Amino acid sequence: MEEYKLMKGNEAIAEAAIRAGTDGYFGYPITPQSEVMEYLMAEKPHERTGMVVLQAESEVASINMLYGGAAAGKKVFTSSSSPGISLMQEGISYIAGAELPCLIVNVARGGPGLGTIQPGQADYFQATKGGGHGDYNLIVLAPASVQEMADFVSLSYDLAFKYRNPVMILSDGAIGQMMEKVKFKEQEPRMKTHPDWATVGKPADRGPNIITSLDLDPARQERFNNKLQEKYKKIREEEILFEEIDCNDADYVFVAYGTSARICQKSLQLAREEGIKVGLFRPITLWPFPYEQIIRLSKKTKGMLSVELSAGQMVEDVRLAVEGKIKVEHYGRMGGMIPTPEEIVLALKKQIIGG
Amino acid sequence: MAKVKGTIVVDIEKCKGCEICISACPTSVISMSVEVNGKGYPYAYLNDPDGCTGCSNCAIVCPDGVITVYRKKIG
Amino acid sequence: MAEKVVNIEMINPENLVYQKTKVLNDNVMHYCPGCGHGTAHRIIAEVIEEMDIQSEIIGIAPVGCSVLMYNYFNVDMQEAAHGRAPAVATAVKRLWPDKFVFTYQGDGDLAAIGTAETIHACNRGENITMFFINNGIYGMTGGQMAPTTLEGMRSSTSPYGRDISMMGNPLKMTELVAQLPGTCYVTRQAVHTPSNVRKTKKAVRKALEYQQKNMGTSFIEIVSNCNSGWKMAPVESNNWMVENMFPFFPLGDIKVPDEE
Repeated sequence: MEEYKLMKGNEAIAEAAIRAGTDGYFGYPITPQSEVMEYLMAEKPHERTGMVVLQAESEVASINMLYGGAAAGKKVFTSSSSPGISLMQEGISYIAGAELPCLIVNVARGGPGLGTIQPGQADYFQATKGGGHGDYNLIVLAPASVQEMADFVSLSYDLAFKYRNPVMILSDGAIGQMMEKVKFKEQEPRMKTHPDWATVGKPADRGPNIITSLDLDPARQERFNNKLQEKYKKIREEEILFEEIDCNDADYVFVAYGTSARICQKSLQLAREEGIKVGLFRPITLWPFPYEQIIRLSKKTKGMLSVELSAGQMVEDVRLAVEGKIKVEHYGRMGGMIPTPEEIVLALKKQIIGG
Repeated sequence: MAKVKGTIVVDIEKCKGCEICISACPTSVISMSVEVNGKGYPYAYLNDPDGCTGCSNCAIVCPDGVITVYRKKIG
Repeated sequence: MAEKVVNIEMINPENLVYQKTKVLNDNVMHYCPGCGHGTAHRIIAEVIEEMDIQSEIIGIAPVGCSVLMYNYFNVDMQEAAHGRAPAVATAVKRLWPDKFVFTYQGDGDLAAIGTAETIHACNRGENITMFFINNGIYGMTGGQMAPTTLEGMRSSTSPYGRDISMMGNPLKMTELVAQLPGTCYVTRQAVHTPSNVRKTKKAVRKALEYQQKNMGTSFIEIVSNCNSGWKMAPVESNNWMVENMFPFFPLGDIKVPDEE
C-alpha cells in the first residue's frame, strides 16, 4: 500500500536515516536543521533499531564522533547548518584523509559569519571545493524536495561505503523546513558485518587495523594522494546525477539546484508562456559536477543563467564547462532573500537574451 | 637460605642509552658501554655477573622495553 | 658485542621473569631516550595482555609526540585530530559498548585544544579510559609552552620563564575532571621509578576494570619528563620532574569509586 506522510525535510532525513539502518547520529543544535535531532530523540531509535543518538558539545565534537564511529565500521551521520559545517571542516578533512564513509547533512543558511537563519546556497564552494585543508572531495548531493531529502540518505550511504568517502547532502533551510508528502523505504536492518578495515578490536588472525590520515614519508603520502585522486576520477566517471526539464528544444537554460531549481521550474513555465524556449538543468551531484552534460547542452543553446541563493558560486563551474562558447551569467539573491519566478525571467531577459 | 641470581639481556640495537635503568638498579650492576650501537648510543650492560638479582627493576623502567630478565634460585 | 651478555647458561625460558609484552610490536619507538611515553605505552600494553583483552580493545591516538603510538601497539587504533580523541572515543564506545576503548593524549592535546572534548566526555561519564601524559610542554612541535607549563618554566614560547601575569596559570586538568560526576576514577601517577611504574600499572588495571563494569570515565594522568624539551639529560629530567612538577602536580588518587 502506498503510504505517504506529510513531513518537514529535516524530519524526513531523520526518519529515512533510521530506516536506512543508521548505527549512530551525532549532532549539535543549529537553526534551521534542529528538527533532525529533535525528531530522532522523539522517535527513540535506540528502541526501534538500536541506533545511537547523541547530542554533542559542539560541531567539532560531533564531526569527530563521526570519525570515530565510521572508523569503527558503523553507519553514522551528522547534520548541521552553514556555520556549524564551517566548524566541522577540520574533521571533514580528517575523515576524507582517513577514507571514512559517513553522511554529513548541511541544511544551509545565509552567511558569512552568523549570517541569517534563512535559506542560503552560499555553501557551494565549501561543499564542492574541499572546504578544509588538503586535496580532497566530498560527494555532494543536492535534494530539491522532501522526498529527495529522504531518498538521498540511503543513496549517500551506498556511495560512502562504495568509495570509502564522506558524502554531503547539501540542502537549505527552505527544503529543511518545508512540509511535503514523502514516501519512505521499508526499514533496513543495521549492518551485521563490518568493513575489514574497521577498528573493531584486533582478532588473533590479523594484524592491527589502523585508521589515520598521517604519513610523514612524503613519497608515501604522495602515493596516497594519487590513490585518492584515482578514486575521485572514478567517482566523476560513474556517479554524476542530474535532471533536465524541457531542455530538448531550449534556446536558453537555467542551471539551478535545490530550492533555486524549484523556483526556476515556475520561471521556465512563465518564460515559455511568453514564447521563450527555456529549459532547466538541475545538477543533483554538485560534486562530481556534470561538466560533460553542460558542455553538451551548451552546443545547442544560446545562453545559460545560473540561479543560486548566493552571490554566484556554481556559476563558476558552469563557466568552466562552457569555456566561453555561450553566454553564462549568474542571478541570485542573498542573506535569506528568495527570488520570485518573475524576477528570474526578467534576469534571463536582461542578462542573457538582451545582454 | 636459597639465593637468587639474575641476568639481563639488553637488545643492544634498540637501547638509547638513557641510563634510567642504572638509577633503578638496587645493586648498581648496570653500566653504559663505551662503544656505541648502530644508532650511535652507548647501551646498557650487566657489569657484574654475580651482582644481578633478577629483580626486573631495570626492565620495568626501561622506556624502550629493551631489557629481558632471567632469574634462578641457586645454592 | 657478545661479551656484554653474561650468565649465558641462565638464559632459557624456565628462568624468564620479564620480557616485553607481545601487545607491543618490535618497532623501535621514535621517542627520545628516556621519554616516559615508552614506559606508559608498555604498561598499558602489559595490562591489555594480562586482562586478555587485546581483541576487544580500540585505542585512540592523539596529535603530539604519541601521534604514532599506533606504530607500536598490536591493537586496533585510530588517530584522532588534535584534541578530539575523547569525542572520537565517545562514538566508538557508544557504538561498541562491549569493547574497551581508551584515549592517550598529551597536555597540549588534552588540556589546551581539546579541553572541551575532555571535559564533556568526562562529564557525560563516557565509559572510556583516558590516559593523560603531562610533561608541561609541547614536545613534538618543539618545546612550546603548554597549558601545564609551570610558573617560571622556560619553553620556546616562554623563553624567560612562564610569566603568570602575561601567560596565565598552569592548568590542573586532573583535579578539574575529578569534580565531574561522570568520572569514576581519577588519579595522578608517574613512571620514572620501578615503584611508580608498578603503581601506575595497578591504576591502569583498575581503570580498565571500572570500564568493564560500566562505571564511567576513568582518567589517569601520568606526570612525565621531556628531556629534549626541557633540555636536560634523561635522569636529570626525572630528578627535575620530582623536584618541580610533583609539588604542583602531586601524585596519588584524586577520586576513587565508592566501592573502595
